[in-house]
Amino acid sequence: MIRIVLPQHLRTLAHAEQEVTLEVDGPVTQGSVLDALEARYPMLRGTIRDQVTQQRRPFLRFFACEEDLSHEPPDAPLPQAVASGKEVLLIIGAIAGG
Amino acid sequence: MELPDTDRKADAREEAMSKVRVLAGTRKGAFVLTADGKRDQWEVSGPHFAGWEMYHVKGSPVDPDRLYASQSSGWFGQIIQRSDDGGKTWHQPGTPPGEPPVPGPPKAASNKFVYDASDETGKPLTTHQWYDGTQHPWEFKRVWHLEPSLTDPDTVYAGVEDAAIFRSSDGGENWKELSGLRGHGTGPKWQPGAGGMCLHTIILDPSNPQRIWIAISAAGAFRTDDAGKSWKPINRGLYSKYIPKPTAEVGHCVHHVAMNPTRPGVLFMQKHWDVMRSDDAGDSWQKISGNLPTDFGFVIDVHAHEPETVYVVPIKSDAEHFVPDGKLRVFRSRTGGNEWEALTKGLPQKDCYVNVLRDAMAVDSLDKCGIYFGTSGGQVYASADAGDSWNPIVRDLPAVLSVEVQTLP
Repeated sequence: MIRIVLPQHLRTLAHAEQEVTLEVDGPVTQGSVLDALEARYPMLRGTIRDQVTQQRRPFLRFFACEEDLSHEPPDAPLPQAVASGKEVLLIIGAIAGG
Repeated sequence: MELPDTDRKADAREEAMSKVRVLAGTRKGAFVLTADGKRDQWEVSGPHFAGWEMYHVKGSPVDPDRLYASQSSGWFGQIIQRSDDGGKTWHQPGTPPGEPPVPGPPKAASNKFVYDASDETGKPLTTHQWYDGTQHPWEFKRVWHLEPSLTDPDTVYAGVEDAAIFRSSDGGENWKELSGLRGHGTGPKWQPGAGGMCLHTIILDPSNPQRIWIAISAAGAFRTDDAGKSWKPINRGLYSKYIPKPTAEVGHCVHHVAMNPTRPGVLFMQKHWDVMRSDDAGDSWQKISGNLPTDFGFVIDVHAHEPETVYVVPIKSDAEHFVPDGKLRVFRSRTGGNEWEALTKGLPQKDCYVNVLRDAMAVDSLDKCGIYFGTSGGQVYASADAGDSWNPIVRDLPAVLSVEVQTLP
């Protein structure tokens, strides 16, 4: 089980709680987690990553286990603590300058 | 002039029976403002989509309860919202609220705007000019303007940044670019204005379904006569001293274009500087700035019943985006331009430094034409007497990006 914390605006769009939980088949990566998130909440397609290029939107960041994972490749495994559900994957709206 | 009793009674009857609905998009949400035909007591609903930039909200002329809204964010991208009950409830087309998730690919594609570069119907994705004069990739950013069809509530056009026009024929669920515009061939000469390289104006011709006018900052105005397959620039007569060749075919920063639907082909334009008109569907333009205190501005609109009565809000300059002399004044011409009168009754005439953006003025179609506009200071003003006097509907909204009005039976 993967636990994801969404920013407020995306929670509103998805009619979801702050923390959502997902099951991911196969390797747990940014890409597979976002695939599962968008399959469950299709209204979020395009809000976290570009629908065509799959690039992360520039003002969004991915944090977990006190690490910034934003620049990790989409197919890189997420930390084991995220894959096991012990830690959450935080999707954060970047605070540009305060 | 005193009205005869019969006219006065007819006016009173219309005012009592009719209703207007003003749709205001702001930097931090959308608001729906409603009143009866007297237009003096208003109910305010909102904010809808609180915290988001609402670039535009507009209703279908065929089904007034069908509203389309552009919800945008630099963080989270572009969302299209639709209401089928006049703004009481909203949903993303294709994803009704409460719809259970289904296996397989998501159905909702309403926020997917992909430039059509296909071999069959598309045009190659080119670059455009950047602020520094270099070439820059064409990238989708947001929807600036939504224009519902005049005949079908499920058909709606979207003007987007980076400039292109899209159409949906299924109520906003799926969008397809009319790529002939972006692929016109002059794309590498288009460049962004201060607000971005946006397609902000879409005018549908009620007398000819094949004809559409659009305008882009900063490329100019274009027209199609074959329902969007091919487009031609219509900028002859425009003069823009901030481009290398001031009379160039494209590159002009057109801020807005308006047309009275009863007189298709007569167009009024607020350019970056200069107020212009065309009497030949845009084939040529003449300057009508006349005695305006400044002819920089964003909005322009036309009276619903008097096609030679035009409204603008002059802004001091391109460097100082506020009204001149601290006075908020709408200027009205009853002669189709050149001769303008300041309308000030009810508007602040001291220490006022607001702006009025390009899509933030609208007119209703009641017999006594109502005029509406919103400001960067969050005020939405209404005039129920064609501009002679004004009252604020609301004073303290977030900065207003767009104003539309619906006249309801």
